[in-house]
Amino acid sequence: MRHLLDFEGWSRADLESVLDTARVMREVLERPVKKVPALQGFTVATVFFEPSTRTRTSFELAARRMSADVVSFAAQSSSLQKGESYKDTLLTLEAMGVDAYVIRADAAGVPHQATRWVKGVVVNGGDGQRAHPTQALLDAYTLLEALGSLEGKKIAIVGDILHSRVARSGAELFSLLGAEVWCAGPPSLLPQSLPGARLTPSLEEALEEADAVMALRLQKERMEAGLINLEDYIARYQITERRLGLAKPQAPLLHPGPMNRDVELEGTLADSPRSLVNRQVQNGVAVRMAVLYHLLVGRER
Amino acid sequence: MRFKAELMNAEEMRRALYRIAHEIVEANKGVEGLALVGIHTRGIPLAKRLSRFIQEFEGQEVPVGILDITLYRDDLSEIGHRPQVRETRIPFDLTNRAIVLVDDVLYTGRTARAALDALMDLGRPRRIYLAVLVDRGHRELPIRADFVGKNVPTAKNEVVKVKVAEVDGEDRVELWEKEEA
Repeated sequence: MRHLLDFEGWSRADLESVLDTARVMREVLERPVKKVPALQGFTVATVFFEPSTRTRTSFELAARRMSADVVSFAAQSSSLQKGESYKDTLLTLEAMGVDAYVIRADAAGVPHQATRWVKGVVVNGGDGQRAHPTQALLDAYTLLEALGSLEGKKIAIVGDILHSRVARSGAELFSLLGAEVWCAGPPSLLPQSLPGARLTPSLEEALEEADAVMALRLQKERMEAGLINLEDYIARYQITERRLGLAKPQAPLLHPGPMNRDVELEGTLADSPRSLVNRQVQNGVAVRMAVLYHLLVGRER
Repeated sequence: MRFKAELMNAEEMRRALYRIAHEIVEANKGVEGLALVGIHTRGIPLAKRLSRFIQEFEGQEVPVGILDITLYRDDLSEIGHRPQVRETRIPFDLTNRAIVLVDDVLYTGRTARAALDALMDLGRPRRIYLAVLVDRGHRELPIRADFVGKNVPTAKNEVVKVKVAEVDGEDRVELWEKEEA
């Protein structure tokens, strides 16, 4: 594949190959020298039109662990002529000889458009409410570590499904890998449909006998827009120790971060042994190393 | 490709490996601090066989690690395909050990160069040796093997195929010739 924009055009075998490579990268990260020369001579640019320190840091560390040169471009998108300014920014970087662009944007479709403007590889670092493929890959990798396989496993995703690119990409990838994905949230935060997932307003239905549970971050904007009331959300959709009892014993708990403590998850649940939140962060670097390897090595320059 | 000749049969391979196993122990003056590291793919079964031979006549187990050099190749920014990255697993501390890198064929020396860099990132061995079943010449780097099963003069349009039972179902070394394009 030439770019990673979403999972369209990616076969299960392609994605499993990336996840296999990520396992090797995980081992690299545990070595005394946590760096390999594989991407020496390549330049990776992180171009973040929407701020995100975590994702940007993860990508930059991944590129550096592979010995690529890294340039970082963080810009607030101007409200005027967004299309033009995205394009100008990318063309400027292109002129500097960038081989891969990691693009994060508040508007859906910017990474797709970028593939028409630049010759380099484009990796979607999250675009609007559309897709966040590397987050889905690191979540899948983390689930595979915990569950062995996703075949026939029930994965519950809980929270603001409607606005979540994490839910969208996760549902697509987990179902492609054989999982049964259930998405639960308040009716005002559920889409009409979501490819790869079953939707339900009932948290209990999603959690029942689940093999793993993933809580999404609740955005303040949704409350400000009057879509939900915080107390109601906590009362009906917060993942608590008691509600987690509906899932299989030891079912792991994931959260893409950053977390609103005592909102999505009850109290210290995030720090409990079943929480894989830190593991997700560690796996994020390994998965992004694997993605960069897959897209950059073997392509004609 | 056209088959040209058999270079070694199963019995010749066994004898060559048996001799190399003895040479390794002789060079290291015993098995103290010794470890073998096989390079993917066929270096791994060869390293395991050397370890078994050494165990037979020295009565002591020599640990075996496996090494994938893909991420250390010097042509990753040029080649037109993407090699699959495979597992590296060194189940012992390399530091202060005498390591024998094991591969099937020594040709340009680029794989050995990559393997040396990979090992150095994994620890600081006291000494690194190189053992190969076949040395076919045409070095592009200043690298030589310490232990060689068989030296075979070859032409550049020829291919040396090492087959090992664990991977290929039989033990045999063959010489092939690439057809003119």
